[in-house]
Amino acid sequence: MTQALAFLYNPHRFMAFSAWAAPLFGALALGLAAAGLWLGFTAPEDYQQGDTVRIMFIHVPAAWLGLFVYVCLGGASFLSLVFRQALADAAARAAAPIGAVFTALALATGSLWGKPMWGAWWVWDARLTSVLVLFLFYLAYMALRAAIDDEAKGARAAAILALVGLVNVPVVHWSVEWWNTLHQGRTVFAAGGSRAATVFLVPLLLMSLSYMSAFGALWLVRIRGEVWRRRAAAAEARLAR
Amino acid sequence: MSAALQLLRREMAIAWGRGGGLMVTGGFFAGATLLLPLASGPEPERLAQIAPGATWTVLALSALLGLERLFERDYEDGALDLMAHAGLPLEFTCALKCLGHWLATGAPLALLAPLAAIALGASPALAPLLVACALAGGLAFAFTGGIGAALSLGARRGGLLTAVIVLPLFVPPVIFGGAALDAFSAGLPWRAGFSLLGAYAAAAVALGPLAMAAACRNALS
Repeated sequence: MTQALAFLYNPHRFMAFSAWAAPLFGALALGLAAAGLWLGFTAPEDYQQGDTVRIMFIHVPAAWLGLFVYVCLGGASFLSLVFRQALADAAARAAAPIGAVFTALALATGSLWGKPMWGAWWVWDARLTSVLVLFLFYLAYMALRAAIDDEAKGARAAAILALVGLVNVPVVHWSVEWWNTLHQGRTVFAAGGSRAATVFLVPLLLMSLSYMSAFGALWLVRIRGEVWRRRAAAAEARLAR
Repeated sequence: MSAALQLLRREMAIAWGRGGGLMVTGGFFAGATLLLPLASGPEPERLAQIAPGATWTVLALSALLGLERLFERDYEDGALDLMAHAGLPLEFTCALKCLGHWLATGAPLALLAPLAAIALGASPALAPLLVACALAGGLAFAFTGGIGAALSLGARRGGLLTAVIVLPLFVPPVIFGGAALDAFSAGLPWRAGFSLLGAYAAAAVALGPLAMAAACRNALS
């Protein structure tokens, strides 16, 4: 693991690696999404939820990725804060908007799913609520980064915040679950939803892998963009002298 | 030890004086509480139902008030630089600053909270638990809030940014305290929520200063 990371620390090697890895992940994401969507839309209707069960294939992987990207953001922030890796900081900066978009997608599709299932656009369900808090963590990270003019200071402050968030995300998640079980009467989660059949599990798995590859591709592309931006800034600074 | 006491006294004096202190936070607390019946109607039954939760929410929001003054002034006039190079570890200094902030604003607010809750129609029997929750919660709010305040040093519109950073971190203590108050009002066991609130406050006191000191060092570098 550390060997692999050490390999990627070097910006030149990273650029060479990502030049072919990013398109590969992108193609993989498209292929998996095509297969997952095909299977998802040809799967039989759920006996209780009907056609709306298909929202799951878009919604559930988005929620998972929202959490997964935050863990990546925290890991990259740790590497940049402790080992002062410039590339790790670029990775953290690049990951935040992607994660925010995944959580926003999870919230939007969750709301669209909630309307036919629960009869309301928004229900204070434990999962919806904790995804909303996760979205706020992303917003705070990006707001802090944007508000500090000194780029190096902003990067380190944002990295500290990401680590504080990483410690807090499990606590928030658990506390929201606990809060929700206290108020169980208000949630109306369809019974039997967890007994997902194989016809639903396979497309869900394919879509999750597709989302994961898409994240890989987008992340690499954005890190590449960040490296280019820094090189341009450094060149500009050299010319100005 | 005497240096620590002096620092604590200084922090409390700053939090009390210079246009801060209970006048401002208490005024905000009363004003925000006043808005609730104005917005949702004065029917006593409905207000009584939400009185504990509403008081708890307003307490959490009031905890945001003095945060931007916690580090910002010392950062701007160079006092924070001196503190960083003084004999006390910066972590300890940050913890003392938060403690002073809590003693000067959070603790007095905790004594005001039952007045607001009872005015909204909560049972007077709730008062002891509300004070205890507000004291423990205030400690958690001060020490997590301090992280946000330290992180937004040197940022544009630091005060607003602090609130954006800190509010998601307030989620667990708000849940725990709210649950304890809710359970007590409904005659259910409330100890679980209160113990969790205490645990969160203890964790915030233990871990918050590490993040605050790291953020201060970064801002001073």
